Amino acid sequence: MANATQGYKGSDDYIASKPLMEIVNVSVALGKPLVVKGEPGTGKTLLAHSISRALNKKLLIWNIKSTTKAKDGLYVYDTVQRLNDARFKDKDISDIGQYIKLGRLGQAFKSEEQLVLLIDEIDKADIEFPNDLLNELDEMSFHIHELDEEVVAKQRPVVIITSNSEKELPDAFLRRCLFCYIEFPDDEMMERIVKVHYPDIENKLVKEALKKFYWIREMDGLRKKPSTSELLDWIKALSLGGINLEKIGSEIPFVGTLLKNEQDTDRFIKLSNAQGGFGFKRRY
Amino acid sequence: MFIDFFYILRKKGVPVSITEWMSFMEALYNGYFQSSLNHLYYLGRAFLVKSEAYYDAFDLAFQEYFGGIKTEKLELDKVMEWLENPLHRLPKLSPEEMAELQRQIQEFRNTHDMDELMRQFRERLKEQKERHDGGGKWIGTGGTSPFGAYGFHPGGIRVGGESGMQSAAKVASERRFRNYRNDIILDVRQTKMALKKLRELKREGLEEELDIDETIDKTAKEGGEIELVFNRSRENSVRLILLMDTGGSMLPYTELCERLFSAASQMEHFKEFRYYFFHNTIYQDIYEDIQNYKKVPTEKLFSNFHKGYKIVIVGDASMAYSELFDINGCIDYFYTNDKPSLEWLLRIKEHFPHSVWLNPTHMNFWGHYTVDTIGKIFPMYELTVDGLKDAVKTLSSRTKSIRQLSAMSA
Repeated sequence: MANATQGYKGSDDYIASKPLMEIVNVSVALGKPLVVKGEPGTGKTLLAHSISRALNKKLLIWNIKSTTKAKDGLYVYDTVQRLNDARFKDKDISDIGQYIKLGRLGQAFKSEEQLVLLIDEIDKADIEFPNDLLNELDEMSFHIHELDEEVVAKQRPVVIITSNSEKELPDAFLRRCLFCYIEFPDDEMMERIVKVHYPDIENKLVKEALKKFYWIREMDGLRKKPSTSELLDWIKALSLGGINLEKIGSEIPFVGTLLKNEQDTDRFIKLSNAQGGFGFKRRY
Repeated sequence: MFIDFFYILRKKGVPVSITEWMSFMEALYNGYFQSSLNHLYYLGRAFLVKSEAYYDAFDLAFQEYFGGIKTEKLELDKVMEWLENPLHRLPKLSPEEMAELQRQIQEFRNTHDMDELMRQFRERLKEQKERHDGGGKWIGTGGTSPFGAYGFHPGGIRVGGESGMQSAAKVASERRFRNYRNDIILDVRQTKMALKKLRELKREGLEEELDIDETIDKTAKEGGEIELVFNRSRENSVRLILLMDTGGSMLPYTELCERLFSAASQMEHFKEFRYYFFHNTIYQDIYEDIQNYKKVPTEKLFSNFHKGYKIVIVGDASMAYSELFDINGCIDYFYTNDKPSLEWLLRIKEHFPHSVWLNPTHMNFWGHYTVDTIGKIFPMYELTVDGLKDAVKTLSSRTKSIRQLSAMSA
């Protein structure tokens, strides 16, 4: 309980909602992996970075690709290297251990101190991938056949798993994890997030920019809604470009930082011409 | 404890398993929820619900079970008011007193259970008519009664007070996750899951996997001079062609077909995916667009695509007798066909052995003569998640049997 009340409280550059903090703390205390889902740009990956900073633990990142196999995360036995060494006979090859390279999960288990392990975009891999990790994440141990050695986690790492729901994760896997869906931040929260990133920016500019931003997000039929990272880029562009506030009221400069595809830009121009910038009738 | 909540959740369709419930219980007994309804809501959700699609159902269940507190709204408001400001700052407790309190709490935990506590809470809420601070029985601030805020009874129920989160009951009643309960998206996902089964792993692409057997063989042959042999890694080699009926009788099923279409086109998991449209049944032309403007000769299907392609035809298969069996039987006045549609369908089946027909209408309506005939050419399945699964099974198992056949004949 002491853990849960102290523990993670967000870090200086990451604003976490209160429920999210509590969930992170319980997940740390219970040693259960936490699956984080949410729209792109809601800071799923950054959460792990923030936890690692706030709890002062090292972060290991395991980026999942479509070709990633579960075993890659545990260890790889470099047979080719061994074969090659055997050929030139200039090395002692009887010690298989030197050809076993631990993967990210293996490293996290072996580490003396507790680490934060981020398994990023787990849904990119094959549908069977999470199932292959069931036991490893549950027991936090695995077996190296070549050495007949058991790797047991010295300190259960804090495991954060992100998913973009491209693929549904298997139930058996989810059952062993905590789950959290990060909602898209509302404007109040967003203002705090912007402030964290750009502390000296003008208040009024942020307010205007946010108004516009949520207006664009609510437009129908956009293929890709702008997200937090796009907003941050845009605000930076606005402040660097020295755009005066009057202008943001009636049109949107640097729209390219917010909308990344042509169809969306077309649609945006069409809609804003029909309604005028920010939903008002144009004055000219 | 709260076991009814478990059943309410299940009744609302949240697939909570016993494993999840047990770890939820474990966290509850270890005090992670800090006896607050808010923590119970947010953390409970993290433990029990594993998809945002069920957040809404969870909200409903939470409201049904814990909403009991909310039904006594008038009282609760008053209670909240009493609890808002403690009248006096609390005296600091000495470590001995604290230990004693801890002991009492432990004892209390052992002797009381949460349901009992909730019952007492409601009862006392009914009895109590005024603000109360300090003391050991009534609901108020700064006391040692199990109920109230800023008090010294962590084993008890906290009503509001320091927490910084939105009231769980309120959040639950807002049903903010209604939008995520998008059954259409769920259906597209289910469709995707069903289609995902449609895969054949074949060795294609770059040679990057070490073939150990071959390497050993080669090395032995070279007299110990090591020779590494690499293999191509395995990839899905399924190529899919979707043929969809855009006829008027298909109108009620547009949405259903759209789901199938979007699932199939979003998959990115097939080696190749193509789609064409037709009207009622297939003659010498098929179309690249729904409006049937861009003609493609059906003959092209046979010349462009080898028989390894899998064909999925979607249509209700019911039409006038003449449309299927007669020359110039096409429903379009300006369209003439010198071969009856039946012949084209047979040719498709002949050229593409792995083909199925998905029918959006219910099996009960398949009595129509043309449906029956087409059903004899193509294995026909209902366009439901289950039907789709069966169709996918047929598409993949058939390939196996043909491979076996060719192996046997070879």
